[in-house]
Amino acid sequence: MTDTTLRLVVIGNGMVGHKLLEELAGTPGLDITVLCEEPRPAYDRVHLSEFFGGKTAEDLSLVAPGFFEQPGFTLRLDAKAVDIDRTTRQVVLADGERLPYDRLVLATGSYPFVPAVTGRDRDGCLVYRTIEDLEAMRHWGAKSRIGVVIGGGLLGLECAKALKDMGLETHVVEFAPRLMTVQVDDMGGRLLRRKIEALGVAVHTGRNTLEITDGGGVGVGGRHAMKFADGSQLLTDMIVFSAGIRPRDELARTAGLIRGERGGILIDNQCKTSDPDIWAIGECALWQGKIFGLVAPGYDMARLVAAQIKGTAKAEFTGADMSTKLKLLGVDVASIGDAQGATPGSLNYLFSDDVAGVYKKLVVSADAKTLLGAVLVGDADDYGSLLQMALNGIPLPAQPESLILPSVEGGAKGLGVDLLPASASICSCNNVSKGDLCAAIEGGATSLGALKKCTKAATSCGGCLPLVKQVLDAELKKSGVLVLNHLCEHFAHSRQELFHLVKLGGQKSFDDVILAHGKGRGCDICKPAVASILASCWNEHVLKPKHAAVQDTNDYFLANIQKDGTYSVVPRIPGGEITPDKLIVIGQVAKDYGLYTKITGGQRIDLFGARVEQLPAIWGALVAAGFESGHAYGKSLRTVKSCVGSTWCRYGVQDSVTMAIRIEERYRGLRSPHKIKMAVSGCTRECAEAQSKDVGVIATEKGWNLYVAGNGGMKPRHAELLAADVDDETLIKLIDRFLMFYIRTGDRLQRTATWIENLEGGLSYVKKVVIDDSLGLCAELEADMAQQVATYECEWKRAITTPETLKRFRHFVNAADADSNIQFVDERGQIRPKSALEKRAVAAGEVTP
Amino acid sequence: MTDAARWTFVCHRDDIVPNTGVAAKVGAAQVAVFRVVAPDGTEDGIFAIDNFDVRAQANVLSRGLIGELTTEQGPVLVVASPIYKNHLCLKTGRCLEDEAWSVKTWAVRCGDDGTIMVRGS
Ligand SMILES: Cc1cc2nc3c(=O)[nH]c(=O)nc-3n(C[C@H](O)[C@H](O)[C@H](O)COP(=O)(O)OP(=O)(O)OC[C@H]3O[C@@H](n4cnc5c(N)ncnc54)[C@H](O)[C@@H]3O)c2cc1C
Ligand code: HEM
Ligand code: SF4
Ligand code: SF4
Ligand code: FES
Repeated sequence: MTDTTLRLVVIGNGMVGHKLLEELAGTPGLDITVLCEEPRPAYDRVHLSEFFGGKTAEDLSLVAPGFFEQPGFTLRLDAKAVDIDRTTRQVVLADGERLPYDRLVLATGSYPFVPAVTGRDRDGCLVYRTIEDLEAMRHWGAKSRIGVVIGGGLLGLECAKALKDMGLETHVVEFAPRLMTVQVDDMGGRLLRRKIEALGVAVHTGRNTLEITDGGGVGVGGRHAMKFADGSQLLTDMIVFSAGIRPRDELARTAGLIRGERGGILIDNQCKTSDPDIWAIGECALWQGKIFGLVAPGYDMARLVAAQIKGTAKAEFTGADMSTKLKLLGVDVASIGDAQGATPGSLNYLFSDDVAGVYKKLVVSADAKTLLGAVLVGDADDYGSLLQMALNGIPLPAQPESLILPSVEGGAKGLGVDLLPASASICSCNNVSKGDLCAAIEGGATSLGALKKCTKAATSCGGCLPLVKQVLDAELKKSGVLVLNHLCEHFAHSRQELFHLVKLGGQKSFDDVILAHGKGRGCDICKPAVASILASCWNEHVLKPKHAAVQDTNDYFLANIQKDGTYSVVPRIPGGEITPDKLIVIGQVAKDYGLYTKITGGQRIDLFGARVEQLPAIWGALVAAGFESGHAYGKSLRTVKSCVGSTWCRYGVQDSVTMAIRIEERYRGLRSPHKIKMAVSGCTRECAEAQSKDVGVIATEKGWNLYVAGNGGMKPRHAELLAADVDDETLIKLIDRFLMFYIRTGDRLQRTATWIENLEGGLSYVKKVVIDDSLGLCAELEADMAQQVATYECEWKRAITTPETLKRFRHFVNAADADSNIQFVDERGQIRPKSALEKRAVAAGEVTP
Repeated sequence: MTDAARWTFVCHRDDIVPNTGVAAKVGAAQVAVFRVVAPDGTEDGIFAIDNFDVRAQANVLSRGLIGELTTEQGPVLVVASPIYKNHLCLKTGRCLEDEAWSVKTWAVRCGDDGTIMVRGS
């Protein structure tokens, strides 16, 4: 070690501590030792709840591969600092080891506050802060029926969601008279409460928990009894405390650093503690009487300290904006600036719509010229623009109320990103300004992906993504790069535009469409897209010869091509219900043709390994037994998954199977921009996972809840509630309208989830169109669907009785042989395609086919 | 072998639906034969390339969609593999995405009577 090496010890490898290390990486002359009390290095606490969504500890890790292998870094896991000897400048570890330092950074974060309630240390009383805490929650969740969260703040509600997702009967107990006391005002809190209750989470506000005792329950359903000050009690199996956080300042106490009256390590504008060799950053630090319980201010502190260590410091910590936007239990909630109207003389604008479940409040200065704060519940789409307005002091428009009133048709609204100064901070997580974005765009980052990669904007909480996109679009537009949504080089129209043109123009073949609306000959992008539009517009049989050349091979052979050129056969099994006789037929057909069988996630049975020339005979047998095409090959309705529902299930409140079959039979064969998946659950337990589908139906005591635009797949998205407690007929009517509206306006290969996210106004706009009929379209949409339903026919039934079509099902046009390259081997009693290696082993010496 | 003997009969032109392909057995090899017709109905010709898609390692090219893409060399008639959608030039067999996936072309002729023949290698 040279004399110039600076020995830096960092206590705590949490989010903020790690940010500091990232900022210091690559700085010469540093010898950094990181003490981490947890068994693993830094992970993303902000996204901790995603642990319940299947993320693993590795997924959440913030540590880039190889990070701690860099020279100058020493990471010590399971290493807790217990004291600081400031006179000798040494940190003392739990086992007595002493580590010398030149400079020390405290990044010890905070711990969950557990109020002094008798019985709080009973089994199954937990907190929510670390991965270990979540593992404990999962463990207890598995053996509980009821779960209670104490604390109705931000974290408490997130925790409630986790309990709900584990399938527990969930309660939130809050001491204050409303939820989210800090961020939301009375009216907003009331609406939030109503929405959360509607989701099946019981909310108890104004409850002071005095004691937790034995609930006398045997096993689940009453492990604990919570006794409240008002004499009432609540039975539960597990309790999670989420009643706030307290800074971990115990080291400061033993080492004699100045602390705040109510805790927190006192720091100045340089993040220095009362000892100039020691900094404190993140949630353990107290600045001007404030603890910042969010990650962005902590990151600011980390950057500031890193700059001082590197000797580049000029800036000071000047406090932080505590605005937040969240989706709590599926409800959008946002709070900006002075949300409570604490500024003297401030005035309010209020908008409240109990029907749609939207509440918005603006807090403006006494002269109504500047925006001081805002509360948004139920619809937080305007968060980004309002935040920028408040942060940058952009003058309010003449009628500030226009910012929160529902947009009238055609009326422009909100704030164009053009108005923002270059210094405006767009991504607060990663400290990216509008100027940074513009520079990157000019430097060639002209796609959202490239922009995110090169600036890091929108890569943490993601809250700024819409704004980042707006900046990108606006800049591209300015620089003359057209933001094109053209189908391909042959059509200068989006799918939606083309749909309208075709509908109005009445073209019924690809050639007519390209002559009328496009140029050239088309390609593998526009041909299937036009085929899908023609099918949606006219329900023309996809097998008609004039459509043959524009169908993707899957539509051409009415089967899904697999990697070896064979096809899968997927008969429709509506609602997943099948008779024993039909099961036997499937088994027999599979045996007769040597097919591989597998049960799919869509509750039906796929048969794999059919050669093209075998398809008609296979389908002949299936159709004869009453099966019809499952349209697994088309951009169309796949399946309607269902649970057994009230017929068999002791919890069911409606007959989900009958409804699923009805829906599947109604929309089978319907061509659309992309595949459509649906599901029906017989009660709120949601066994059919309807909320991950494009159309999800969940039975209620009074009827059905209709959810739309959910998605599994690469980017999962929860479906959103379109209508609640509707009867059978209304349900079908709404699905009719929703689907047709999507088919008309969706982009090529755009699932309903991306469609609704890109649709201006999102769900609320769709609601207006399909429920309030704001475009006067509903009758037309229903008529279109009725026409589709009336003209449905099974494509396979038609195909096997049309000689002209049958001709295409052969491998060679000039020989009856089969394709010798299709070869199988046995695996677990069934066929599977040979790998290239296995084929080569056999064909060694032979010429390539 | 005489030249005539090296030509293999594929099918009649009318056996190929406009703008689609068929697979033909030529000796031990598999050849994809395409019939291309402009939107206004004029015949543009018959093309023959390997049926074997190097990328997917499967005999599927005859089942691809035909299209025309603008490249640096101007418009190119292509077939898109049905498996991974790589585009192959019908005239040269060149793959637009990656040279390594290019395929061989075959000599093909269409007689006045509409008879399509491919020359074996
Ligand atoms: C479930 C959840 C959701 C959240 N959601 C958001 C959100 O959406 N947006 C947002 O901005 N913020 C959110 N937060 C808050 C955010 O996670 C914190 O602001 C941030 O983690 C603070 O970072 P930190 O480094 O100061 O503390 P921490 O991340 O807590 O790290 C401190 C580390 O120091 C260690 N340590 C403490 N004392 C010692 C010692 N003596 N020796 C060695 N190691 C020690 C601790 O074990 C810990 O690993 C959320 C927090 C939670 C728990
Ligand atoms: C009391 C409630 C529930 C009952 C009675 C129930 C019952 C069942 C039954 C009988 C099966 C079929 C098992 C099999 O295929 O062998 C099943 C499958 C399944 N259940 Fe549940 N379940 C319940 C709750 C849930 C919940 C809450 C979820 C999800 C959050 C869920 C998710 C699933 C999934 C994913 C499958 C597999 C479905 C498929 O094959 O695609 N279940 N359930
Ligand atoms: S969702 Fe269906 S299977 Fe699950 S509990 Fe309810 S009725 Fe029963
Ligand atoms: S998850 Fe991937 S491997 Fe599995 S079926 Fe889908 S595309 Fe194929
Ligand atoms: S503000 Fe959180 S990622 Fe940009």
